[in-house]
Amino acid sequence: MDNVVDDVMVKEGVDQETVDAVREVGGAYKYGWETEIEMEYAPKGLNTDIVKLISDKNEEPEWMLEWRLAAYERWLQKKEPKWAMVDYPEIDFQDQYYYARPKSMEVKPKSLDEVDPKLLETYAKLGIPLKEQMLLAGVEGAEETTGAPRKVAVDAVFDSVSVGTTFKDELAKAGVIFCSISEAIKDHPELVKKYLGSVVPVSDNYYATLNSAVFSDGSFVYVPPGVRCPMELSTYFRINAENTGQFERTLIIADKGSYVSYLEGCTAPQRDIAQLHAAVVEIIIEEDAEVKYSTVQNWYPGDENGKGGIYNFVTKRADCRGDRAKVMWTQVETGSAVTWKYPSCILRGDDSQGEFYSIAIANNMQQADTGTKMIHLGKNTKSRIVSKGISAGKAQNTYRGLVSMHPKAKSSRNYTQCDSLLIGDKCGAHTVPYIEVKNNSSRVEHEATTSKVDDDQMFYCRSRGMDEEEAVALVVNGFCKDVLQALPMEFAMEAQQLVAISLEGSVG
Amino acid sequence: MLNIKDLHVKLEEEDKQILKGVNLEVKAGKVHAIMGPNGSGKSTLSYVLSGRDGYEVTGGSAHLGEDDLLEMEPEERAAAGLFLAFQYPVEIPGVGNMTFLRTSVNAQRKARGEEEMSAADFLKEVRARAKDLKIDADMLKRPVNVGFSGGEKKRNEILQMAMLQPKMCILDETDSGLDVDAMKLVSEGVNALRDAGRGFLVITHYQRLLDHIKPDVVHIMADGRIVKTGGPELALEVENNGYADILSEVA
Ligand SMILES: Nc1ncnc2c1ncn2[C@@H]1O[C@H](COP(=O)(O)OP(=O)(O)O)[C@@H](O)[C@H]1O
Ligand SMILES: [Mg+2]
Repeated sequence: MDNVVDDVMVKEGVDQETVDAVREVGGAYKYGWETEIEMEYAPKGLNTDIVKLISDKNEEPEWMLEWRLAAYERWLQKKEPKWAMVDYPEIDFQDQYYYARPKSMEVKPKSLDEVDPKLLETYAKLGIPLKEQMLLAGVEGAEETTGAPRKVAVDAVFDSVSVGTTFKDELAKAGVIFCSISEAIKDHPELVKKYLGSVVPVSDNYYATLNSAVFSDGSFVYVPPGVRCPMELSTYFRINAENTGQFERTLIIADKGSYVSYLEGCTAPQRDIAQLHAAVVEIIIEEDAEVKYSTVQNWYPGDENGKGGIYNFVTKRADCRGDRAKVMWTQVETGSAVTWKYPSCILRGDDSQGEFYSIAIANNMQQADTGTKMIHLGKNTKSRIVSKGISAGKAQNTYRGLVSMHPKAKSSRNYTQCDSLLIGDKCGAHTVPYIEVKNNSSRVEHEATTSKVDDDQMFYCRSRGMDEEEAVALVVNGFCKDVLQALPMEFAMEAQQLVAISLEGSVG
Repeated sequence: MLNIKDLHVKLEEEDKQILKGVNLEVKAGKVHAIMGPNGSGKSTLSYVLSGRDGYEVTGGSAHLGEDDLLEMEPEERAAAGLFLAFQYPVEIPGVGNMTFLRTSVNAQRKARGEEEMSAADFLKEVRARAKDLKIDADMLKRPVNVGFSGGEKKRNEILQMAMLQPKMCILDETDSGLDVDAMKLVSEGVNALRDAGRGFLVITHYQRLLDHIKPDVVHIMADGRIVKTGGPELALEVENNGYADILSEVA
């Protein structure tokens, strides 16, 4: 994995870190290396003792353990859902580890300075330095770069634990709580008790229930009334340990009139054996508040024969509780062997708004079943869905969406635009839109198109000197651009690169 | 420079012969015009030369200098110095015009083993060229040809040509759909590129363009062949009398 790509166009005005980050993603799967570090595991398998052990490791109060145990009981009664268009060997839930923590994290470091240098190096290598420094953003050509240095706070999660969180103090001054969920359970129990499980109930679905029982860490955000979060927040999830599932839990609360933009990234080493990742993200948005949540998902996708990779079963939901609350989901899905993920919006408050922008790229043997649910409960609620699915190799890509207008959701609107792009003739694209309108003043517009990379566009690019691969990358990149542009800059740079890279060699 | 000998082309999908023995030589520094009725094969000739799929060459040859064009991929032809200004430029949503230009310029340079153009040099160059063609910064940022007017699309083709500095330029009906002002801009753009080392093949229906871009040689194409060749006066004859006289004369 040491093939350095030298034909990456380096634009002037882009800082060295960004250039390095681009180089980093330039190969096949650039994040496939692993960190050699001494680990501590819970015994293999899942039972009440394991649930207790996780709770114990996190030094949790009794109520949290009870919550977990109740979830575990529910999970035992549930069946794995089979309705998604994904096909994978049966998962043996007893044949993996549910908790893995670097030995050096046994005593939680008080500050980033005390964190094991090996862990710090890991994140630096991933392009996410855990230092409190400004990041320079640059996406397009030099002339289009904003160039303004920005602050991005990072919570770094490594296997089952949060390694550290940057800019904590500065955020605290603004009243924003940004910490790992394990810390929040100890330090802000009243908030956690009030909101945890209030958007995604414990028994919501098989994987969410499992997560409720065994989640080990994740991020917690609380933005108080009227506060505009002074910087972007992000969490970087890294799976490193073998045969280990990662179960993270994220809880974001935007109180009245507040604003926060949050970004998550995820990568894992390249291994022959598939690994499970089942996360839950809950977002609560009160009156006049706004949350932007972006994901750049680049878990290891498995090899070209479908060996290995991450099975990604994720439940993400935002609840616009107050009037005029707004949420925007943006996701760039390039990784994972199997993706099962439907970030959704409950539009409960009147005039609340939900948006979902998605690019899912499936290559080789990858399977992605992803989409969103827009549940319109309040009056004058608006939602927009823009989904772009790109399939190459033998991959299957399904858009699955639900737009539901309830009787009280008078004069509500939805606009859905789904495009699928097929590269080659062995891959598949599927669109499964469900629409329910239970009042007569609401409107739903749906438009779905499937197209191959257009021959005329290809010829036009080639006649200007680009080879086939370059031309496909350029056209597909363009296809995704509008969605990517909605992303915070640092990761958008990477995401654009990812789009081109995931498609390498897939023409024909 | 460009040497076409007895070129026969049929459609790949159906049994239809379109070019029936085209002979043409364009020397460096010369401007040749091709005129001819609709459907005579002018666009087909330009597409076959630049390597578009869907055609089958059943006989003859086409060389650019020493290079056998028909053996090359479209991008190799471009790198060798062939350029086609499209009759119908293609829209590419989401790809900034500037990005497209830079990718093209550097792809060709890379193919020729030259160094890539630095971002600063590129920017300076593109701004200067764009200014001449009255292409503003906004048009450079917008996605390639998306939402461009007919005139903007054609000016954009000339901008690409100016940036790529090809040896052999083929312009397919670059004048159609242009108003008088745009026609002037486009012609000036072409004239600025006229040079002893560069050849032009200008496909057009109208004398109008040839008032601005003075051709050295004019060919009339009909039914897949070049049926008559002359000087600039031949274009005037077409303008005044149409093709009927010429066609009956050669029939
Ligand atoms: N891809 C194609 N499919 C079907 N017919 C074609 C195709 N390309 C060209 N033709 C036919 O070939 C002939 C020449 O077309 P063209 O080269 O576009 O002429 P011109 O540019 O001189 O108007 C026309 O009869 C046209 O219909
Ligand atoms: Mg034509």
